[in-house]
Amino acid sequence: MLGNIYIILKRETKGYFSTPLAYIFISIFCGLTAAFTFYLGAFLERGQADLFPFFESHPWLLVLLVPSISMRLWAEERKTGSIELLMTLPITTFEAVLGKYLAAWFMIAIALFLTFPMWLTVNILGSPDNGVVLSSYLGSWLLAGQFLAIGSALSAMTKNQVIAFVISTAACFLFVMSGVEAVTKAIEGFVPEYILSIFSSMSSLDHFYEFVKGVIDLRSLMFYGSSIIFWLFINIIIINIKKAA
Amino acid sequence: MTDQIVLANLHKSFGDLKAVNNVSLNVKVGQILGFIGPNGSGKSTTMKMATGYLQPDFGSSNICGIDIEKNPKEAKKLIGYLPEGAPAYGEMTTIGFLNFIADIRGYFGKQRSLQIDKAVERARIKHVLHQQIDTLSKGYKRRVGLSQAILHDPKILILDEPTDGLDPNQKHHVRELITEISRTTAIIVSTHILEEVDAVCSGVLLINKGNIVLDGSASELRSKVESHNSVLIKVNPNDVENLKRLLLTISGVSKIETVNETENNINVHIYPKENRIILTEIAKIIADNKFPINDIHQNHIALDEAFRKLTV
Repeated sequence: MLGNIYIILKRETKGYFSTPLAYIFISIFCGLTAAFTFYLGAFLERGQADLFPFFESHPWLLVLLVPSISMRLWAEERKTGSIELLMTLPITTFEAVLGKYLAAWFMIAIALFLTFPMWLTVNILGSPDNGVVLSSYLGSWLLAGQFLAIGSALSAMTKNQVIAFVISTAACFLFVMSGVEAVTKAIEGFVPEYILSIFSSMSSLDHFYEFVKGVIDLRSLMFYGSSIIFWLFINIIIINIKKAA
Repeated sequence: MTDQIVLANLHKSFGDLKAVNNVSLNVKVGQILGFIGPNGSGKSTTMKMATGYLQPDFGSSNICGIDIEKNPKEAKKLIGYLPEGAPAYGEMTTIGFLNFIADIRGYFGKQRSLQIDKAVERARIKHVLHQQIDTLSKGYKRRVGLSQAILHDPKILILDEPTDGLDPNQKHHVRELITEISRTTAIIVSTHILEEVDAVCSGVLLINKGNIVLDGSASELRSKVESHNSVLIKVNPNDVENLKRLLLTISGVSKIETVNETENNINVHIYPKENRIILTEIAKIIADNKFPINDIHQNHIALDEAFRKLTV
């Protein structure tokens, strides 16, 4: 089982790096995070030795950039017909879903890793708490993992990559916005208390900020972990339903 | 364990459309089944169910004794499949793609390169090994798909239009390859090129609108057409009635039609009972009576015509 997952992961990763896709994604990600940090985050003007302005922009960038990776995961396989080849090879749906997912998540890890000049900069200019930086990176990667799982599942529903992109972005946006105070305030009067608390506890943003504060909370780990497992499970179900349709 | 593929009572509907309606078939090692039918008749859908890509509404696909729905992984190990349009991962090179397939098929080390070399040689794709698949011609793409399907020496080989897009030389080569492989493999080939059926297949299954129209051999397909083995004679108009009288004495004749061609020629079309060969008897009677005729020949039906008669 692990063998097949690894073989698919390897093939997908090679696919990313044999086309401009990986290079463009990584450059844009690094470029945009840097731009957000220096211009919108006022990184230098703040005069503080931390990477908060850098990580603050991540949820908003990932909402747009992760679906641009996930949209092709299954929609493209359907479009070119290669899904028929893949699913008639002696592998399970689970292995195919996980292999493709991990390859995309791995590429995002590389993109995050390649932002290390930011970390170098702040370490040269001052002495930040590198534990906080590390937990922030972990939070960012988990957040991306959640978006990726959502996008992968939704991509399996269609052969149109644009549709996959739009609905994935909308879904990820919803998960971020459910923690924004303006949104929770707006619906406060209409729904019972317990629904509101469920709604805001679903927020990817709140859990992300725990990591950015340097807190690696078990509940936050559970949140991302269960969310990823849930969406990958949905992904498998969608592929199996399409097989019977 | 039996070396064969058995499809039993496959049904599949897409919404209101009955794509496949009660299709059953059975192919053993050494046999090549030609799966024919018009576009949209359900050929590809049947093959997708046979290989486990689609789940049938009803019925089963059994690969060497293994039910593909109950134990898909084991059944899929035994199948080589070339899907419609020979899909592949276009951004990969041919060799990269075959390496991936060999990995999934569980080969490693020396055996891995051995299997790949053999498939490359059989499909004749040696000089495109390092080209990106997206840049290949249609014919080469099809052959890369074929090499992928035969890489693990499958017991069951299912090919959806393997010669589509190939030039006549390549078609000939692929047919030879299929014949060679069939000695150790049960093969189903879908095609709409009927000469292929005569060239390679040991049996024919004709489906139309999801239903089996004919399950037999190429000659049985021909025999479905009334005019198969009928005889055409050209005579002068004055001799027609005499000729008819003579011919009706032959027991194998079912009916005779006449068509005016020119002033001096009338076409007499003699239909046999049950596609019997009546030419020899007719020729004998004509010779014995020294009957004057202008032309005589036997009507050998092309498969195309039989196909059209049965599916339009």
